[in-house]
Amino acid sequence: MIEIRFHGRGGQGAVVASKVLAVAFFHEGLYVQSFPAFGVERRGAPVMAFLRVDREPIQLRVNIYKPDHIIVLDPTLIGAVDVTSGLKPNGWILINSGHPPETFNDLKDFKIATVDATSIAIRNGLGSRTNPIVNTAILGAFSKVSGLVGIDSIALSIREETPGKKNENAKAAREAYNEVKFEIRSTKSETISNDKNPKFKTNDS
Amino acid sequence: MKRVITGNQAVAYGVILSRVDVVSAYPITPQTTIVEELSELIASGRLKTRFLKVESEHSAMAALIGASTGGVRCFTATSSHGLAYMHEMLHWASGARLPIVMVNVNRAIGPPWNIWSDQSDSLSQRDTGWIQLYCENNQEVLDTILQAYLIAEKVKLPVMVVLDAFVLSHTSEPVEVPSMEEVDSFLPPFCPDYPIDTQEPRAYSVITMPEHFMEFRYKIQKAMEEVPDVSKKVDDEFRSRFGRGYGAIERYGKEEAEVLLMTSGTVTSTSRTVIRKLNEDGLSVAGLKIKRFRPFPSEEIYGAIKGAKKLAVIDRNLSAGVGGIFAQELRASLYPREERPQVFGFVSGLGGRDITPELIGQAIQYTVEHPQPEEEILWLGLKR
Repeated sequence: MIEIRFHGRGGQGAVVASKVLAVAFFHEGLYVQSFPAFGVERRGAPVMAFLRVDREPIQLRVNIYKPDHIIVLDPTLIGAVDVTSGLKPNGWILINSGHPPETFNDLKDFKIATVDATSIAIRNGLGSRTNPIVNTAILGAFSKVSGLVGIDSIALSIREETPGKKNENAKAAREAYNEVKFEIRSTKSETISNDKNPKFKTNDS
Repeated sequence: MKRVITGNQAVAYGVILSRVDVVSAYPITPQTTIVEELSELIASGRLKTRFLKVESEHSAMAALIGASTGGVRCFTATSSHGLAYMHEMLHWASGARLPIVMVNVNRAIGPPWNIWSDQSDSLSQRDTGWIQLYCENNQEVLDTILQAYLIAEKVKLPVMVVLDAFVLSHTSEPVEVPSMEEVDSFLPPFCPDYPIDTQEPRAYSVITMPEHFMEFRYKIQKAMEEVPDVSKKVDDEFRSRFGRGYGAIERYGKEEAEVLLMTSGTVTSTSRTVIRKLNEDGLSVAGLKIKRFRPFPSEEIYGAIKGAKKLAVIDRNLSAGVGGIFAQELRASLYPREERPQVFGFVSGLGGRDITPELIGQAIQYTVEHPQPEEEILWLGLKR
């Protein structure tokens, strides 16, 4: 099983991102469970969303405490909330930031990737300059960095799950896929064979 | 067709596929998105259902009582304080023998204010004459709505379908959504015995003297006693058509287990993972899911626990002064029996606190290690 945690701010679309990514995995023949942090949401306040993916139906119905990977939609959350809480060693932290991964040296125990999802969103007319919609772009970057889910599945899911600007959202994801910055290190991730999704791996080790 | 949807969307699909004629509801978290979804479909003309806007949950149920008496299929959804506010009308719906189906999304009742999962809302309505069915995943939610109309209309009693706040209501997962044609062949249109008809006027629910009142209540009890047979037939029919069925209870895990864990709602789902692991490790333990709380499945449970020495019950609810309600009902149902396993009554997860695999494991371990419980209420995960 793979567990992913999203950090964002109320209104940024972290919950939708978790659902879109769930549907992308679902299209690759996997079982998914996507849910928001069960709180009272306020615009601008730190929020979380979660995703479980497995080859078997998912019966575990509790919060995610030890995620395999983290996706951060707003870099100002780093330091404000403990984004690495419970993150498994070898897990990715994917951050929406125009700065290179080395900028986040405080998090150097983990693998860091950055993508300027804000600029990509603005370039594609998603949201406004002050409130860009970054949740679709960052999923394209996740596809590239994690290698767990194909960019075509992400694009298909975006078309199905986003209410408007489907082409622009899908294009933003593909641009983020190409522009994401990360250091390639060898990982101990164990590959589990899966007929429909040979890429699906876990870091349970 | 399989779709990734929330528990609340699964409810909405169930309502649409059941060809419900009238919906009336008042918003309350975490139920709101059910009627939001339905009202949007109705407003855009895609769903030919009447939506009656009301100023409270009491009025929502009152409106459905009128609609159901008129002879149409009805639906509402609520949670927590909204359900409590409906209380008087819940008695009316069952007393008038109206096959209304309602979803209650389990949520704690304040104060202190809390919007998270807790069964105390639905269980405090246990004496209102409603059938109560609890669900553990979104597929079961959708399927149970379809079954609920058939059961309700056969026995002429209202049904409450219950799901956990957020853990199901706001969680998306794959659900097989059957086609309209498949559901139509399973669930025929509602044909009431005594619909309102101006050509044949009748009086409904008039004052009834002591010489007749008791017989009305006796008939409700008799209708409740029909529920096990009726719901089994409905479930069997459902299984033959859709390949899925649930039963009033379900036993899983090791066959010859001396320790059984009894749960309801989503706690069952998580418990399945715990019990599978313990069985793999060689521990002789099994699980018992309780889907139907009213009428309480005493016969089914007794049949499923033969040989068990101890029953651990996890209640996500509290009747202050007594303890967990499922445990109390279980103790009462076992008392007249020959074999009476020890009941360990755990209370956990109130107000949405996570009932983790670790806590479930602790409950099982305690039950295995103790010949009898040290306290009548065993608090699981309590900060003392």
